[in-house]
Amino acid sequence: MADLTTNFLGITSPNPFWLASAPPTDKEYNVRRAYEAGWGGVVWKTLGSEGPPVVNVSGPRYGAIWGADRRLLGLNNIELITDRPLQTNLEEITRVKKDYPDRALIVSLMVPCDEESWKAILPMVEETGADGIELNFGCPHGMAERGMGAAVGQVPEYIQMVTEWCKKYYSKPVIVKLTPNITDIRNPARAAKAGGADAVSLINTINSITSVDLDLMAPQPTIGGKGTHGGYCGPAVKPIAMNMVAEIARDPQTAGLPISGIGGVTTWRDAAEFMALGAGNVQVCTAAMTYGFKVVQEMISGLSEWMDDKGYTSTADFIGMATPNVTDWQYLDLNYVTKAKIDPDACIKCGRCYIACEDTSHQAILMKEGRVFEVDDSECVACNLCVDVCPVEDCITMVELPKGELDERTGRKRGDYANWTTHPNNPSAQAAE
Amino acid sequence: MTTPMTPGIQSGRLSADALSRNFEDLHAPLDAHEARVAADRCYFCHDAPCMTACPTSIDIPLFIRQIQTGTPEAAAKTILSQNILGGMCARVCPTETLCEEACVREEAEGKPVIIGQLQRYATDTLMAKGVHPFTRAAPTGKSIAVVGAGPAGLSCAHRLAMKGHDVTLYDGRAKAGGLNEYGIASYKSTNDFAAREVAWLLEIGGITVETGKMLGRDLTLDGLKADHDAVFLAVGLGGVNALRIEGEDHATAAVDFIEDLRQSTDLTTLPVGRNVVVIGGGMTAVDAAVQSKLLGADTVTIAYRRSRAEMAASPFEQDLAAAKGVRLMFNVMPTAIADGAITLEYTATKDGKLSGSGETVTLPADQVFKAIGQTLTTDAGLKLEGGKIAVDATGRTSLAGVWAGGDCATGGEDLTVTAVAEGRDAAEDIHAAVMGA
Repeated sequence: MADLTTNFLGITSPNPFWLASAPPTDKEYNVRRAYEAGWGGVVWKTLGSEGPPVVNVSGPRYGAIWGADRRLLGLNNIELITDRPLQTNLEEITRVKKDYPDRALIVSLMVPCDEESWKAILPMVEETGADGIELNFGCPHGMAERGMGAAVGQVPEYIQMVTEWCKKYYSKPVIVKLTPNITDIRNPARAAKAGGADAVSLINTINSITSVDLDLMAPQPTIGGKGTHGGYCGPAVKPIAMNMVAEIARDPQTAGLPISGIGGVTTWRDAAEFMALGAGNVQVCTAAMTYGFKVVQEMISGLSEWMDDKGYTSTADFIGMATPNVTDWQYLDLNYVTKAKIDPDACIKCGRCYIACEDTSHQAILMKEGRVFEVDDSECVACNLCVDVCPVEDCITMVELPKGELDERTGRKRGDYANWTTHPNNPSAQAAE
Repeated sequence: MTTPMTPGIQSGRLSADALSRNFEDLHAPLDAHEARVAADRCYFCHDAPCMTACPTSIDIPLFIRQIQTGTPEAAAKTILSQNILGGMCARVCPTETLCEEACVREEAEGKPVIIGQLQRYATDTLMAKGVHPFTRAAPTGKSIAVVGAGPAGLSCAHRLAMKGHDVTLYDGRAKAGGLNEYGIASYKSTNDFAAREVAWLLEIGGITVETGKMLGRDLTLDGLKADHDAVFLAVGLGGVNALRIEGEDHATAAVDFIEDLRQSTDLTTLPVGRNVVVIGGGMTAVDAAVQSKLLGADTVTIAYRRSRAEMAASPFEQDLAAAKGVRLMFNVMPTAIADGAITLEYTATKDGKLSGSGETVTLPADQVFKAIGQTLTTDAGLKLEGGKIAVDATGRTSLAGVWAGGDCATGGEDLTVTAVAEGRDAAEDIHAAVMGA
């Protein structure tokens, strides 16, 4: 069995699966259960400044998107940071870290955007013995209205400034958690790096309204007839999160900055994908909230099986392996050609490929006598929509046209690699040589 | 105390509780969540094979998607606009040989979308709200006679009423409904569904039901033609084929047994044999056999003269019978019935002809049901074909102004759903004809 021990910022944990700062990590009781279940690390739910704690609503805090059979695909929440006293949390963190020295324990923080506030809380956190801190610059609801959370994460200058304060008053690793509610994730990541951050973690939740109650005519979750945007998370947000991770991993200005990947990680495969794109570990929340802490056992066994299959002995072996293959559109090979091919034996004759292509794409699938579906290579642009709508796995495949073979659609033979930058239709094309 | 072992034909073989359990719904209705999960399995196929397989061409992918998106009432309208007896068809259609056999999920994994149960969910939901979703067009002043208030007649009458015609719906029996009311196993139409569906269907208005009026007894075709602008005959098959063997008197018609069972208000008073043998291989044979078993018969045997593969009852029906404890015997034909016993001769097919092998077996039989097909009893002087009233694709008979459909007419299988389609299509043609289109 592959060794899943992961070193992130010098913090080792028995596996790369950490619980994200969120409701599951709000209390000693939950965190102990998480460690007992096998989680490699925990980011404690965000602490605020000393004084009267924040209050939460006492109506519903979550909204949901379901798939078939009520499979939870997306969750949104309007819960704020911890609503328990700071001292209580600090005492619990100290006890838990002492009892679980081999597990990562990170403390998430969110205090007002002034140096005094950070200077006040950081020594107290340092005293707990926790392995590091994560700066919550991401929560999009509630706290952002008070100038914290996403309100900071949306201003790169503030990110840099607060990160600098933290590096000044705290000796252990500082992770900056980024909000996805911005236009270009690279700017906040660059700011974090400039401020001396040891790592970034992303994504925090996405501004969202999950549903509208059409009787109350109010967004859900509904509190006394009103609703507010919440933070969206769960399997539905994974593609957005992975793009942002990859953007930071391949940005020359932040290349090499450690990343903790967050956003819809539900299975070992999700984790492997985030890590292949450059995340040094992953943080999980919705999967645990849906299935309980035991779900980590599948993640551990699955990642380990896959690593054994591939011959990876350490997570470091594959972290970032896919990053070099993430590129800009302009560098894609415009001479690469594939054609859809339908396996008539696997086909169940539903006709979804046909109608998708006929109504919404390129009229490249023929429906013949007896519901036999065939691809017309002279029309197929290889868009892959037929593959995506086909209910049968591997029934439709995209077959690569070998170099030198004729593409019946364009009437041209497949040539060598050539991209948009040198394409004759590109007004700003550069000379090929 | 009477038990399944009590000799002869006896009532009260089982307790009232056991009988009520035995005759409850074959498939429990789906609840909303089950329906949504089941609906989600539908692929919304293009030019869907299920729809092609349905004799009434219900837009199945559309109604399933309407269920899936939480609008079973809209789904019901999709169903009922093609098949006004969609509620009954959802219960009695041999879906395993129609839509569900054609379902691509059947090909993919041997588990079709449960189209019949979903159809029932949708139609039950609408009917439970007391909604009749269709309204009549402006009156046309035309009067149409529909003879026979079974599936074909009801379907035809409803469509004609919708078009604004005045319909008189005649039936020889005391209640409307035809085989929905008097045929069909009880566990497929519980809680008096057939009668409730008829009442709901009649809410369209414009249909006058006259029961106790039978063609050839109380009505003549000439009289009907004189009184109405058009006539639709849906009189069914009133006769029962004979076995033509020694001791025929000891056998009774399976359809009569099924009717008694359907009309019974107290199943503990309904007699059944200790050893029952049903001759035949269709749905009627299965319905009679299974219900004999459920009533408390000790042994029930279906004796069919051909092989399992040739049996008209579907594999689902065969399995249902077997699961209820009915013995299925193939390649046997009756040669003689005596008091308490039946003799069967094994058969073999040579050069396409079935004949007895000479080897016989005798089974104990207190009660023998014949279910080897039914016959037309009222030809009304119309041209026949293969023992049925000859009709064209729109139901026109050899006599101008007279249409026919359902089991009494040629075309299609003798199924409820086929009868509904024929009634509906004849109504469209009658409408076009009487309006001079």
